[in-house]
Amino acid sequence: MSTTATASTLLASGCHLGSGCGFPAPSLDDFYFSPIFSIGGFHFTKPMLIALLSAAIVCVFFYYAFRRPKLVPRGAQNIGELGYLFIRDQLARPMIGKAGDRYVPFLFSLFFFIWAMNLMEIIPIAQFPATSKIAFPASCVIMTYLTYWYQAIKQQGFFGFLRKVIPTGVPVWVMVILIPVEWLRVLVIQPFTLMVRLFANMFAGHMLLATFMIATWYLTSASIGALFAAGSAVMVVVLTAFEMLIQALQAYIFTILTAQYIGESYNAGH
Amino acid sequence: MGPQVTILAAPNPVIPDGPELILGILAFAIVFFFLYLKALPGIRKLLEERTEAIEGGLLKAEAAQAEAERIKADFTARLAESRHEAAEVRTKAQAEGAALVDKAREEANRQRESIVAAGHAQLAADRNSAVSVLKADLGKLAVELADKVVGERATDAALQERIIDRFLDELDARLGVQGAAAAEQVS
Repeated sequence: MSTTATASTLLASGCHLGSGCGFPAPSLDDFYFSPIFSIGGFHFTKPMLIALLSAAIVCVFFYYAFRRPKLVPRGAQNIGELGYLFIRDQLARPMIGKAGDRYVPFLFSLFFFIWAMNLMEIIPIAQFPATSKIAFPASCVIMTYLTYWYQAIKQQGFFGFLRKVIPTGVPVWVMVILIPVEWLRVLVIQPFTLMVRLFANMFAGHMLLATFMIATWYLTSASIGALFAAGSAVMVVVLTAFEMLIQALQAYIFTILTAQYIGESYNAGH
Repeated sequence: MGPQVTILAAPNPVIPDGPELILGILAFAIVFFFLYLKALPGIRKLLEERTEAIEGGLLKAEAAQAEAERIKADFTARLAESRHEAAEVRTKAQAEGAALVDKAREEANRQRESIVAAGHAQLAADRNSAVSVLKADLGKLAVELADKVVGERATDAALQERIIDRFLDELDARLGVQGAAAAEQVS
């Protein structure tokens, strides 16, 4: 067994309970794939393919849904409009306010791109959420913070924004603690937590599903293990439903926090 | 699992992989610019149009209602006005009718009075002419009678005239009193 061997290669070789094979628990190795193809030093891997596929699906679906919009919506336009109105009326307008409509395309792209990448977890064959690789949440956070800070600096100037994030009416001796904390919050903690929250949720979700899927396969044998295999199969179904919820929820949380940060750049000060 | 399967192959999962990061940014940029430029402007415009259509419809309905109310108020006002006018016309007609009756009565009175006055005048004239005729006849008869009584013909014309006049004056005085009493009775 080489260092690049993953649980899947073990399973393909027919590793079952009682076949003299230990439980091939999923590990970090399952998040690192051998490249599909390589161009020089650039290795194109499965998460990249999944991210590009997600982007393509989002583009194609909404292009199809909105290609000939009708005043009285039909078919896919209904679903597309539902998404658009959800972003506009539940996220952009309540969080950002009057300027909210300007950010609808950005928040819309963010939500549906992340959701599509998350959904890949439960799509057969893909079965891997691109967002469980931290680079993808990180790229979304980079885009968010380019937008958020650009807007904040445009509105109030860089130092103006840094001043605005400090609450007013606080005694001077508290300011000594408060100012570094607030700056740290805006400049480091917010982007970092935004990124890690999404990554960790999807990472854990993939681990959980993989564990029960492997267990179902591993425990399938002519022994009492079959009973546990059935239990694991049920868990896979339950967790798949649970993951569907988490996928939508994490996309929503990421987007609503982004909207909130952008809103703060407009109406800074608590 | 052999001891060689240590964590060697697994890098820190919290450190983003460079190529993945760049590809992620690229993928997001594709999604954003495609949706921003191609897919979303149409639906945004459409939603605005729909809002306008709904609001326009509501405004139109409101306008129609206001118009209906205005017409109703106008109609009510006109009805009240025409009722008022009718009442006025009736009152005026009544007043006019009363005035006409009064006028007719007045005219009738005036005519009656003029007829009565004319009657009086006629009566007086008749009486006067009758009196003068009678006077002449009476004079002649009295002279004839006197001639016969005296038996001689009074030749002196001037004397005769004086006697007649005196007689007639006496008669006149007597008849005048009677005539006035008669005239009083007629009126």
